[in-house]
Order: sequence, then C-alpha cells, then structure tokens
Amino acid sequence: MPSHVTETQKEKFDKLDSFICQNKENPGSLIAVLQEAQNIFGYLPLEVQKKVATGLNIPVAEVYGVVTFYSFFTLEPKGEYEISVCLGTACYVKGSNLILDKIEKILGIKAGQCTDDGKFSINACRCIGACGLAPVITINQDVYGRLEPDEIPDILRKYREA
Amino acid sequence: MEIFRAHVLVCTGTDCAASNSVEIINTFNDSLIKHNLEKEIKVIRTDCFGACEDGPVVVVYPEGVTYYRVSLKDVEDIITEHLINGRFLSRLMVKRSEAEAELPVNVEETNFFKKQRRIALRNCGLIDPENIEEYIARDGYQGLAKALTTMKPADVINEVKISGLRGRGGGGFPTGNKWDFAAKQVNETKYVCCNADEGDPGAFMDRSILEGDPHSLIEAMALAAYAIGSKTGYVYVRAEYPTAVKRLKIAIAQAKEYGLLGQNILGTGFEFDMEIRLGAGAFVCGEETALLRSIEGKRGMPTPRPPFPAIKGLFGKPTILNNVETYANIPVIVHSGGAEFAKIGTDKSKGTKVFALGGKVNNVGLVEIPMGTTVREIVYDIGGGIPNDKAFKAVQTGGPSGGCIPANHLDTPIDYDNLIALGSMMGSGGMIVMDEDTCMVDIAKFFLEFTVEESCGKCAPCRIGTKRMLEILEKITSGKGKLSDLDDLERLAVAIKAGSLCGLGQTAPNPVLSTLHYFKNEYISHVVDKKCECGVCKALTNFFIIADKCRKCGLCAKKCPVGCISGEVGKTVFEIDPAKCIKCGACEEACKFSAVIRK
Repeated sequence: MPSHVTETQKEKFDKLDSFICQNKENPGSLIAVLQEAQNIFGYLPLEVQKKVATGLNIPVAEVYGVVTFYSFFTLEPKGEYEISVCLGTACYVKGSNLILDKIEKILGIKAGQCTDDGKFSINACRCIGACGLAPVITINQDVYGRLEPDEIPDILRKYREA
Repeated sequence: MEIFRAHVLVCTGTDCAASNSVEIINTFNDSLIKHNLEKEIKVIRTDCFGACEDGPVVVVYPEGVTYYRVSLKDVEDIITEHLINGRFLSRLMVKRSEAEAELPVNVEETNFFKKQRRIALRNCGLIDPENIEEYIARDGYQGLAKALTTMKPADVINEVKISGLRGRGGGGFPTGNKWDFAAKQVNETKYVCCNADEGDPGAFMDRSILEGDPHSLIEAMALAAYAIGSKTGYVYVRAEYPTAVKRLKIAIAQAKEYGLLGQNILGTGFEFDMEIRLGAGAFVCGEETALLRSIEGKRGMPTPRPPFPAIKGLFGKPTILNNVETYANIPVIVHSGGAEFAKIGTDKSKGTKVFALGGKVNNVGLVEIPMGTTVREIVYDIGGGIPNDKAFKAVQTGGPSGGCIPANHLDTPIDYDNLIALGSMMGSGGMIVMDEDTCMVDIAKFFLEFTVEESCGKCAPCRIGTKRMLEILEKITSGKGKLSDLDDLERLAVAIKAGSLCGLGQTAPNPVLSTLHYFKNEYISHVVDKKCECGVCKALTNFFIIADKCRKCGLCAKKCPVGCISGEVGKTVFEIDPAKCIKCGACEEACKFSAVIRK
C-alpha cells in the first residue's frame, strides 16, 4: 500500500518540510518539491500548495500556476488503483479507445474521475513507450499488454477483490 | 577475469519486463546452479533489444541464437537442449519476415537486423546498463579521453561539424553549428542540457538509450561541455520513465566513482557534473525554450527566439540543448572521426536514424537505419509487412507535428528533406503503420485532440485555432460536415502555421493538411456520403448481420439495449433495424460467430 494511505497528516507534513529544507537552495526546485509532495500526499490540495509556497518563499499563485500547467499534478485524490490507459498513437491504431470505453462502462466513471468507493480512477495517458505491447494499460505498477476488451472484466475483478 | 563458454542475454526493456523477463533471469540463474553450470555460463540482464513485438527476448552467445516469446517453462529446455546438448531450440526461433528462407541461426543475419546499422543503439541489448565496465569494454569513454588529452574544444566542434550530424529531436538543425554559437559566447557559466522528455506518442528510442546505454549520454554531455566550456549539465527526463531515471542515476554515480564526472576528469583538470530534472507531463516542453523554463521550475511556456538558447538560455546563460539520440552519436563521432560518420547516409542527412516502428506491422520495435533507406524497406523487410494480409494505407511519421506517407511514396528514401517535401517530418522518430482499417479522418482528429490538450495557451493562433479545427473535425466525424468545412480546415491550418509562436503550433495542423492532401476522398465520403468506410467513426457506421454467418442463436437480440434486432431463435436469421440502432456495438461483442459487421 502506498505510504500516503498509512501515514498521519502530521507525519506527511514533516516529511514535506524536511524535503523542502534540503532543496530550497537549489535553483528551480519547485517542480521537484511538488513531485515529492504528490508522492507523500497522493495529490496536491490547497493546504499542501500553501505549505510549498511558504517553504520556498514564493507566491501561492505561482505554485498553483505550475500545478495546473502540468498533467502529472492533480488537485483531486486518485483511486487506490490508478488505471492508466495508453492512448499513444501505436495503441490508438490498435484499438485502445475500445479498451477505454470498456473500462469506463464497467466502472461507470469517465477518464479523469474516481469511483465513489475510492478504489479505482481512470487516467487516459499518452505513450508509455511499450508500443510492442499495444494496446496497453497499467494499473499502479502492473502492466497489461496486447489487450482485447473482453479481457478487461477479469483484470478488474482481481483488483476489486484484492 | 572470469571466462565463460556461453553468455545468455535477457532483455529487460519495458515491453519484455512486462512479460516476466526479470523472473526469467532468476530462473536461469537457479537452474544453472542446479546443473553446476554457473561457472561456465553467464546470464546478463540487458535492455531493449528492439524486437519488442516478440518479447521476452533471450539471445545466446557465442552463436547469437535468438529465442522469442520465452516463458518461464522454456528456460529448462534452453539449458538442457542448447547449452548442454548444443541443439538449437527451433520452436522458440521465429521467422520474422516472409523473405527469409529458413529459420535464422544468428540474430545478426535476420532481415530485421541486416538492413539496420546501429550507431545510437550500438550497445542497447548487448551490455548490462548498470555496469560501467561493460560500456568501457565497448570503447566507452574513449572519445572523451581522446578529446581531453589530444584535442582542443574547437577540434571537437569541428569533428561534429564534419560529421554532418543534425538534431534528431525534430527540427534537424546542424549540431556542430549549435555548439559553435554557444562556444563563441564569453561567459563564466554555460549549461549543457539534454532533452529526454520524449513526448511524441509512439516514440520510445530515447527511453531505450537511457535504459540500455546511459553512459553514452553521460560521455556525450561531457564532450559537449568540454567543447563549449561548461561545467554543469541537466538531463530533463519524463517522470513516466522511472527505469530510465534509475539507470541514469546509477550510471552518474559510477562515472563519478571512476573519475569520469566531477572535478579533474581523467587527471586533465576538466570539470563537469550533471543533474537529473524530472518533467511533469507537458508535450510543449519538447520545445527548447519551454523545456528550459521547466528546468527552472516554472510553467513550461515557450519564449520568442531570438535570443536563441545558445546566446541566452537556462537561467539567462548560454545553453545548448540536444536530445538523447543526438547525444548518443557523439562519442562515436569523436572516437572514430566525423568523416567516418559522414560516409553513412544521404547528401544532406548523414548517419542513421532510429525509428520506433509500431501500429499495424508484424515486427513492432526499435530499428536504426542508415539515412536513405526507403519506407518500403522499413515496413516490409525490417517490419515484416502488415499483419493478417491487410492492405497498407500509410505510415505516419513525426507524431502530432508530422504527416502521413501514402502507398505511392513507399519508395522514397528517408531523410530530413524528403520527409518535409512529402508534408511530413522526421520528428523524434515515431513511425506508425496504418492499414486499410484505419480511418484517416479519425487519425487527424486524434492528433488534433492531442495538440488541443497540450497547447500551452500562450498564443492565440495555437490555443484558439487548433480548437476550432478540432470542432470542425468532430462535426465531420459525427456526420454533420459540409464540403465548405474542408476549405475552412485548410484556411485555418495555414493561418495557425504562420501565426504561432513555437514549433508546437507551427506544426500542429500538419496531420490535417497531410491527410487532406493524400486522402481527400475519405474526407469527402464522410461529408457527402455520410460514410466511414473503415467503420471507425461511430456515427457514420451501420451494423449489419451477415445472413450466411448467423446461427440464429439470438444472443445479439438479447444483448441489444434498445431492442432493435428481430428474428426467431433457431428459425430465422436475425436482422438489425438501422433506424432504431444506437450503434453501441453490444451485438458485435456478443456474437460468437463474427456474423455482426460494421460498415
């Protein structure tokens, strides 16, 4: 289980504090700090952005500007299992949109959303560089390749029961 | 040094690792111990070998026999049959092209490899990327040693100029000239940067080099730093490539330990250190000024040029920026000389280019070909043709900035200028093959969706113009298009190309222009006949049941959510009422006899 599920809020803020201290002298460290913050918290709510802004001595507006510019950062919590469906060209040509349709249909949510129980979220991502396995999805660290829409229910069942 | 009678190379690139290749290595090691062979045979973890379609790949040397799609239970057979009894395991050997008469024994003799020439990928799949000694044994760091001890910085730039190397990331600007501009700037602080933010969907050569041969990048950046007079380097890597980051970190630490990075490199007094910066997912950061802003920790928005980064770049200092593949050629150029490199390729495009061959082609993978190789040779000889005997329609190069090359241009020799003349571009090297089932209007829409999402929003032509183009394409693919829309598309495209600030906007209309040029008939059939011949655009697709194939089971009618399929189970052939059908595809999915088709 990722650490952001088990640690208390205070432990998380302490961890972020010490990372900011180590990096604040390094020019241009904002993105690296935000990446670490997202690792710790799972997402970047306003209170975390404020903390980063104070720590690096820059306006919150600048932090928010960077957070919303890059697709890697998220303002909403993600599911326990993040399903990334590759929509890179090689996967798209081999029907990854049908795979995405199927997952959306089964979970009843759209890409970018999270199920009500917090179990799954779907992310329509760009090329992950595994074009030989097209069409491909990843669920957290697990990679599933050469997929057919029919295989999706069984794959999701494994995680639902986990 | 220990001597082994055989080496077993196991690919652990992303594709192969996802198919269990790490477990395969463990099983090999365990079984070798069981057979008392661990002192005779060595198992080596390598990275991407390029034959991604047929992974996991295992190569056994000295013979160079390649086994494809190896599973855990095959390991014992490879050991007992091949390594003990000396008999090749033909069931795991694959004929990757129809042109090959028999099963190839040595991997280098297969068509897949014969037409290739590996310079940038020279070590990928052959060495353990986490072991600097293996890189050094393959002439690694020889170029750096030669430059630091026998060449002046200007000599290094001169060799790069003689080689004719052009940037492999997209634009194709001569690398030597870029370095020259930066070298001529008088400034205490200069930076050497590497663009490893491979954002072009469908291209993964930079990832393979980082994962399979990270030291070649370190050596090249040190050479660049020596040439322009810099002490600091930054590598900007996509956060989506965790393995690449891990390998690069290991490589940097090893290089420092060996005195090849840091202060007083090789005892010459030259100093250079480098740092990794992670990207955060923005395609526009492939544009050089945007990338430099992102290294500074800001929103990755491009700035007008001039001033060019070579004059005023990262933190306002002279900076050079090249991509991973460009750098991977540098150690070879310095070590063997620019003239040797310039012998390969065409008149204005020297050397080789790596392509990530993907889509509807048999041998998906990474291929490195001399410039001047034809598209046909790549798709048919190296790629093994189109699966399921489908007809070739086009290849797409240059990703969202590029265009399509149709069948009548299959014999065009690939180089920078020929691809531009065809309305496409080299780009970073994605090459996606499309067959008769690929709808070109849908593909144009796909790329435009990508650019609309990735446009940074700074300049209006790109931000607003691409959105308007996408809306027109959505109209067309949903059956509401009119002929005048095609003219509007073209007019918008020309204006966006002329008016956008950076390369993203200037090239964003290319996929539309190129498909309009070569496949206008498909646009017209969408607009006039309201038909998508490939059955891709849902609103224009109708579902039919083929009477001969229907077994009258009625499963389709049962699954249909709107009850538009009629027939009597066991008695009559089922039929779809097109007026009621909502085109959800449930019947097609339900039918076990492939009797439902879309047209």
